[in-house]
Amino acid sequence: MDLHEMQNTVVRLFNDANAQFHKMPGSAIILRYIKSSYQDDPVRSAIELFLFLFAVRYMLSPSYSTQKKVKLTEEEIDELVDEWTPEPLVAATTPADEIENEKRAVLVGPTGPKSKLSNGRTVTNLASYNFYNFVGNETLKEKAIQTLRTYGVGPCGPPGFYGTQDVHMKTEADVAAHLGVPACIIYAQSFSTISSVIPSFSKRGDIIVADKAVNFSTRKGIQISRSTVRWYEHNDMEDLERVLQKVTKEQAKKPLTRRFIITEGMFENIGDVSDLPKLVELKHRYKFRLILDETWSYGVLGRTGRGLTEAQNVDAREIDMIIGNLSGPLCAAGGFCAGTEEVVEHQRISSASYTYSAALPALLSTTASETISMLQEQPELLTALRDNIKAMRAQLDPRSDWVRCTSDVDNPIMILTLKPEVVASKGWSTKDQTQLLQDAVDECLANSVLVTRLKAYPQGLGVNPRDEGWQPTPAIKVCVTSGLTKKETEKAGITIRHAITKVVKSNKWSK
Amino acid sequence: MPTRTINPFATVSPSSTPSLDALNEKKEQPRRSSFTKGNKFTSLFGGNTPRTRSEATALRDALVAQQQALLDNPSPQQQINTASISLPTINLTGATGEKMLAEPQTLFNPEEARRKARADAQFGPIGSQKHRYTSTFEGEFGDPIEDEPPYYFLLTTYISYLILIVFGHVRDFFGKRFRAAHYSHLAERDGYAPLNSDFDNFYTRRLKMRINDCFSRPTTGVPGRFITLLDRKSDDGNNTFKLLGTTTETLNMSSYNYLGFAQSEGPCADAAEQAVRKYGVTMASSRTDAGTSELTIEVEDLIARFVGKPASMVFSMGFVTNATAFSTIIGKGCLMLSDELNHSSIRFGARLSGSMIKMFKHNDMKDLERLLREAISQGQPRTHRPWKKILVTVEGLYSMEGTMCNLPALIELKKKYKFNLFVDEAHSVGAVGPRGRGVCDYFGIDPSEVDILMGTLTKSFGANGGYLAADQEIIDKLRTQNAAMMFAESPTPPVLVQIASSLRIISGELVPGQGQERLQRLCFNSRYLRLGLKRLGYIVYGHDDSPIIPVMLYNPAKMPAFSHEMLKRKISVVVVGYPATPLVSSRARFCISAAHTKDDLDRMLAACDEVGDLLQLKFSSGVAGGGDPEELNAPEKDGLSIVKPPRWRLADVVKRGVEDVQMALN
Repeated sequence: MDLHEMQNTVVRLFNDANAQFHKMPGSAIILRYIKSSYQDDPVRSAIELFLFLFAVRYMLSPSYSTQKKVKLTEEEIDELVDEWTPEPLVAATTPADEIENEKRAVLVGPTGPKSKLSNGRTVTNLASYNFYNFVGNETLKEKAIQTLRTYGVGPCGPPGFYGTQDVHMKTEADVAAHLGVPACIIYAQSFSTISSVIPSFSKRGDIIVADKAVNFSTRKGIQISRSTVRWYEHNDMEDLERVLQKVTKEQAKKPLTRRFIITEGMFENIGDVSDLPKLVELKHRYKFRLILDETWSYGVLGRTGRGLTEAQNVDAREIDMIIGNLSGPLCAAGGFCAGTEEVVEHQRISSASYTYSAALPALLSTTASETISMLQEQPELLTALRDNIKAMRAQLDPRSDWVRCTSDVDNPIMILTLKPEVVASKGWSTKDQTQLLQDAVDECLANSVLVTRLKAYPQGLGVNPRDEGWQPTPAIKVCVTSGLTKKETEKAGITIRHAITKVVKSNKWSK
Repeated sequence: MPTRTINPFATVSPSSTPSLDALNEKKEQPRRSSFTKGNKFTSLFGGNTPRTRSEATALRDALVAQQQALLDNPSPQQQINTASISLPTINLTGATGEKMLAEPQTLFNPEEARRKARADAQFGPIGSQKHRYTSTFEGEFGDPIEDEPPYYFLLTTYISYLILIVFGHVRDFFGKRFRAAHYSHLAERDGYAPLNSDFDNFYTRRLKMRINDCFSRPTTGVPGRFITLLDRKSDDGNNTFKLLGTTTETLNMSSYNYLGFAQSEGPCADAAEQAVRKYGVTMASSRTDAGTSELTIEVEDLIARFVGKPASMVFSMGFVTNATAFSTIIGKGCLMLSDELNHSSIRFGARLSGSMIKMFKHNDMKDLERLLREAISQGQPRTHRPWKKILVTVEGLYSMEGTMCNLPALIELKKKYKFNLFVDEAHSVGAVGPRGRGVCDYFGIDPSEVDILMGTLTKSFGANGGYLAADQEIIDKLRTQNAAMMFAESPTPPVLVQIASSLRIISGELVPGQGQERLQRLCFNSRYLRLGLKRLGYIVYGHDDSPIIPVMLYNPAKMPAFSHEMLKRKISVVVVGYPATPLVSSRARFCISAAHTKDDLDRMLAACDEVGDLLQLKFSSGVAGGGDPEELNAPEKDGLSIVKPPRWRLADVVKRGVEDVQMALN
């Protein structure tokens, strides 16, 4: 191809391109614009052309990462792959783990005030949340069987896709009516309820002010919400106010975000109750919403078991979200969140453990409805339990030289911690206390009383112990039940007290 | 071949065996009279007295005895099955003497007929022994071909969303000015920020609200072969619903009832009843306190044996199984490579673990390998230290796509790159594999190749909860570390017993033959419907043996339209759109069950045929199969095979279906 031919081709191509360009709608405008701007201001045209070319280059360039990468050849990568040895999936089991697995109580037959263990012994069961002995109630069993014969066991689907059954709607209405709030939503498991409720409302940038001693699942809910979190000292309303003031001050100039106070009605790991009237007052004053975890107080406190709101005479509608438990005191399964229609309907589509999980089995839902109405119709159930709590407490708290009970007087779960002065004088570390109390639990079991220990929060892998946050004080957990007579309860209380004394005075710990 | 001749149901007494035709006729009739909302609970608690039965002392004895109940249940007697008449079940059930009623026997027993109709509504009897297929992996793993609709439909889909969004904003604009009270929840109220931000809420308020009546339809009764919906209506644009007090019984194509264990009759329900009587409804404690029952241990052993792992642990909720599992195995300095379509619970758990998470493209093994090479060679970001562990997390069967994970390729990669593998078998356990043991069983891979097998007990087993199965040391460690073990409620006795008895049925320990029938029927049903839909011209996603069949709808307005049209034909289906799927690919999802009969599926196909024409849903170009098998094998002309879009007539689909299911579905 000689030069002439090439020239012709180029010219032809140019002409073609020109003709095509002129055919394009709006090309005349562009042409006129370029011409006029070039005549008026050639520099501007040059800059515009440069910017245009830069934009094209930018668009075409591959996206880059901010991380510096070391360029390696394929062979080098293969070598590195061969070299790399991952850590085992889990760390080796320690002797402590083995003992724990071995010692875990296995119940043969039903749970009840007297339970049979797999080692063949019958023990007084003070470790279940079977406070009213609903588990052994024949009427409840009969109703559950009738539901089973109508609905089968599982609902085989999430609530959004044909998993909502009429029984769930009834239980929701029952809980809402019991609490005196407009609406309620039922979750399939109590443990996962609050850890899913919190992130469905509180997002990145929102503010959470929470009690330091909140339970594990609340803590996880706060973690997953990625909100800004401020902790206040356990049940210290002055500290709470101080934190609220500080937050309000800090946020004064920033755009308004959602703010929440999160606390428990009755603390899972300490046993005491919150000061609800004060919380409500502070919440109104500082414009925070209150998320109250009533997992352990619903079904226990108040005249008809409505929880902390009933016990402290606060209107339940003052609290934005009440989270409760149907699996503990109510002896069914599942959890709930009660509040306004808006709060509840929002969760139906945005709360992970509701939307993405199968609904509660119907027979457990009807059992919850039944036990709620039993509590409302038979307040003597609650008084009977409280008598037993009193009887048990009398044997333990003032009488024992070694432990004290941090629980509220109406709390059937008695949290027994070693007295601080005892711990200080003996110089026991947290680990020692845990071991000592485990020995006491074993001693109780040897005397046919089944109690358990409070569990420390499991730590994430690779988490620095410094960042581990609040941990519960080692304690023994005694769950009182009205399934035992007052005498039996007292006897069990004496056994526990003596067991603790025996362990503390044993050679191992008296040094 | 799938047509096994083992028939456990051969002992059905002739008097209680209605002819096949009679069954088919009955299908169209309402099985239960409608009742109003007012007396629903009274009828539930009062009207339905439990059947009187001899009290069995031990649970296991009762289970064996209850095989009788099953015998009245599925398959009508077939001539070809007389060979198996000597199965031990006959003698056992005869020995219990349960059927010896005191009252005089008449030829027609209305009570018995009603009971049978009720049982059949939960689990349909098999029409023919040809309606079976063994779910097993053959050939080479290929990603399913995803057909594409004509561009016209994609374009109109985008335009539809545009119109919806523009309308939404216009309505918001005027609404906020003229009907401020209705919008107060989106604005600041006396110093409180709105609970839902205006922007986040837009999709729900303006798009989802329009089709809200297709979601969360309340139901009652057993979600078996049929599901009873409570009729409802809305007077305020789906904001609130009013129950009308009537019910509609629909064909259930929506529940995850793969093996049909959602039953209120039969051995599982009988065992669950015994469990409630003996154990009460709950353990009322966490696993580490006093919530571990002998039943828990038994179920854990059964699950471990079933999935082929040395040990397992059970949880009371599937979501929580994943949500708490990851914190105990990975943490800071660990990397998790997660399939982009993994379930929300995996993401939840991974976020809690504090490890680094990277996603790879759905089922794309090349992308995974690229990420692995990069991760191992580059180490952790900034510090460049090697990763402590790399955990690859996949699902066995993806619930929105109907695809299975490429387990053989994952195992290959695992050998080379030494990562740990976590397979979430939420949908696949019980649903795939010749023995129903999940993806390992399906692909013929030793379960020991996978580090942790997780699954739910909600779906195939008709119970509730989840499990983790792994080596003994791993489970021992997890038992002491896992938060759900310490703080969450333990699984309840009736649920545990339901799991145990369904597992025993699947593995053949209980009512031999029935488990296999369930598994093979599920696979046949899945393939039959899938093939039928392809031949009708639908675009169907997923692998052929998967019991999840997503059918593409594209245009958002077709979601409610499809759902309503199907409801008119008394079929309940699930429709899903953005954000659960990509914006353009709105779909309807059918979940197949072993409880469906071929007639049910034919009814479904007939409905899809009509609705497909009505809503223009037959997009298929034929690349994904559905063509005429003869034409496919025809010699190619000029080196090019011309793919004809399959648009079969319904009659031909039904006629050819049963035989063609046995061949490869393309």
